[in-house]
Amino acid sequence: MSTEPIDVKKNLYTPFNLVVGFILLLGGIVTILRFTKGLGAVTNLSDNNPWGIWISFDLLCGVALAAGGYTTSAACYVFGLKRFHSAVRPAILTAFLGYALVVFALHYDVGRPWRLAYPIVVQSGPTSVLFEVGLCVFLYLITLFIEWVPSAFEWLGFRKPRDIIVRMTLALTIFGVILSTMHQSSLGALYLIAPSKLHPLWYSSFIPVFFFVSSIAAGLSMVIFEGSLSHRYLHDKMDATYLAEHDGVTYGFAKGAAMVLTLYFLIKVVGLTLDNNWHYLLTGYGAWFLVELLGFVALPAFLYAIAVREQNLTLIRWTALLTVLGIVVNRFNISQVAFNWQLPSADRYFPSVMEIIISVFVVTLGLLAFRFISSRMPIFYEHPDFKEHEPIDLHEHELKSHPQTWGH
Amino acid sequence: MGNEFYTLHDFMLFTKGAAYYLMGAIVLGVLGFWLYITGRDEDTFIK
Repeated sequence: MSTEPIDVKKNLYTPFNLVVGFILLLGGIVTILRFTKGLGAVTNLSDNNPWGIWISFDLLCGVALAAGGYTTSAACYVFGLKRFHSAVRPAILTAFLGYALVVFALHYDVGRPWRLAYPIVVQSGPTSVLFEVGLCVFLYLITLFIEWVPSAFEWLGFRKPRDIIVRMTLALTIFGVILSTMHQSSLGALYLIAPSKLHPLWYSSFIPVFFFVSSIAAGLSMVIFEGSLSHRYLHDKMDATYLAEHDGVTYGFAKGAAMVLTLYFLIKVVGLTLDNNWHYLLTGYGAWFLVELLGFVALPAFLYAIAVREQNLTLIRWTALLTVLGIVVNRFNISQVAFNWQLPSADRYFPSVMEIIISVFVVTLGLLAFRFISSRMPIFYEHPDFKEHEPIDLHEHELKSHPQTWGH
Repeated sequence: MGNEFYTLHDFMLFTKGAAYYLMGAIVLGVLGFWLYITGRDEDTFIK
């Protein structure tokens, strides 16, 4: 773990910095175009397809993949699985940045972004599912900010406010779980209004349940995936406790993800049975549905199970990536591929290059923010002035509790 | 699949009946899957 200040002068022209700089430049140009020329100048959105890639990817995928925050904090603080404690701060940071970028990206997507807060402060629409989503995201973003802010206070040395917020941890976690349960499912419930537009294989009265259950698998897999990347690129920021608990977190979350994905697969089959939609499986859309269900749900569930049983960390990491991709495929299928499926292809939506640039720009901003914060604040380590646990002798701990896995 | 339904009752009877059989199979399947995942737990650090 390094607490030395970062030397910003060294390696300024690295390939990473050049690629990021190029993306930020392009994103900046498209941002200016979007807010000076309007949505029509930069998007392929139309009255038939008012929700494009910014909703499919930035919002639906962003919210699902940020579910690691509530799953990890619920596992640790609500279910008492304290061995996952070191994973909470990275997961909360990922979730906070994910939700912040969802709201940031929404400013591009709505026609009049200055009215984004209207449902909260001017005119609510309590009969609308979208109002519930908006209210929950608004409240959950604030909750995540409060959950994340102790790291910043420790970094700045503000002990008193930090201690007050730390004492609120359990209440914040429970509030976050309630809000997440509500809006993760409500994002699916948005599509209940469009049974004639969404293909029957993806439309179901259980779609809110599908969204919620799949978000848990997405959150668990995202924590594994993000932890693997951090382990590789931010290794020097991690303390002995984090390193000692990392393998246990990975195996525990992989086991949970295997069970949740299995449950998700089974309730999808029950949904198929209750709507008697089996005959659609013989069509082209049916083939694609089977690719999603077997290739991105059943297969990762099976791979997770094998990997946990065989203690194979590498397989778990690749399976986490497959699961994350599967969630992206599912959200794109529901919001784009299977949506307006009866329209002629000429009327179907395909994103413009500038829409894709903005999505890449938003993800890049998230990566940069994550790297900036985790390089400076105590995310992967306990701040020496705020330690709550006895330091772990890494070598001794590993010999005692992880005899077969250390060295990966 | 391939069934003709003339009333909502016929449809519900068929689909719900199939779902009940499926749920019975799911209970057994999930139990087996759980035993498979945790089968080697005694040999490892995952308790």
